Amino acid sequence: MDYIDPHIHMVSRTTDDYATLARMGCVAMSEPAFWAGYDRGSVDGFRDYFHQLTDTEPKRAAQYGIQHFTWLCINAKEAENVSLSRDVIAMIPEFIDKPNVLGIGEIGLNKNTKNEATVFLEHMELAIKFQQQILIHTPHLEDKYQGTRMILDMLSDDSRIDRSRVLVDHVEEHTITEVLDRGFWAGMTLYPITKCTPERAVDMIEKTGGERLLANSAGDWGPSKPTAVPDLIFEMRRRGLSETLIRKVVYDNPMEFFSQSKNFTFTLRS
Amino acid sequence: MNRTANSILDEKFLDVRAKLLEVAADFDRIDRAASDEGPLSGQSRDHRERLGEAINILRSDGADRAERLQKLFSRDYESSWRKEMQI
Ligand SMILES: [Zn+2]
Repeated sequence: MDYIDPHIHMVSRTTDDYATLARMGCVAMSEPAFWAGYDRGSVDGFRDYFHQLTDTEPKRAAQYGIQHFTWLCINAKEAENVSLSRDVIAMIPEFIDKPNVLGIGEIGLNKNTKNEATVFLEHMELAIKFQQQILIHTPHLEDKYQGTRMILDMLSDDSRIDRSRVLVDHVEEHTITEVLDRGFWAGMTLYPITKCTPERAVDMIEKTGGERLLANSAGDWGPSKPTAVPDLIFEMRRRGLSETLIRKVVYDNPMEFFSQSKNFTFTLRS
Repeated sequence: MNRTANSILDEKFLDVRAKLLEVAADFDRIDRAASDEGPLSGQSRDHRERLGEAINILRSDGADRAERLQKLFSRDYESSWRKEMQI
């Protein structure tokens, strides 16, 4: 089955991974900007990274028939450095019209601090100013519930935010309902250690019906599995769920969400 | 949901049994070390208590155990946070 991985960090993956994903049915992916495993020293470090996201990765992906899209920001972890964050936010417009940019992301919180929230709000302003969609990272483990609620507060307190153009990622059992009930899109991340298994993700699909719900691998430089979305497809089939529902979650929903971005031009397989 | 409770349980029985055994063995290992080297203290003792509460949730009724377990392991949310952080 053709599928879209809406959240995967291909700069950390090998070309062999692209080949494997293509063989598994991946036709498109979106790569939010995030932490590199170390703090970058300067705004130029981010400029180089954005160049990689908007130029290098689309070319690598195209070799395997995969369309690559991206999101730009300074991630929540490095957002603790407010002055560097402001420099990066000021530089983002240099890249915002690149053909594969879908919006601002993955912005969010990490340890739910005042500095992180400050930078989150400034990213929101940037997205509003340039009419960009937003992709959101919610914190891990014990910080997730509090951080997700804080993020939803900041978004909901601003009437200029169109909730149907915001994807809140890494939802789990205790955060999914609030995100969907408030009218946002929700993304489930299938991740071996800190997030969600395919089985629990399918439980959430069964409980919610799959409306405005996406699934991703978040494959990155840490313990992660870039082929996690095919694992989810397999688990849904194993449970006898309909092909229509499977396709909705792994293809139609990401397509519908991304289509709200003016740069999303998707070429269907002929 | 198009599977029966019986079929799900039959399919998962060995898997859940194995997971419970792992937890039992983890607790045994902690207890053996505690009797040799002294009891848990500080944050470790709090964590052990939290795991005990988690098991109580597993023993309770209702199809929202995963959600309740997640909340047990979560920091509290205060709706007044913006005022407190002055943001
Ligand atoms: Zn990510």
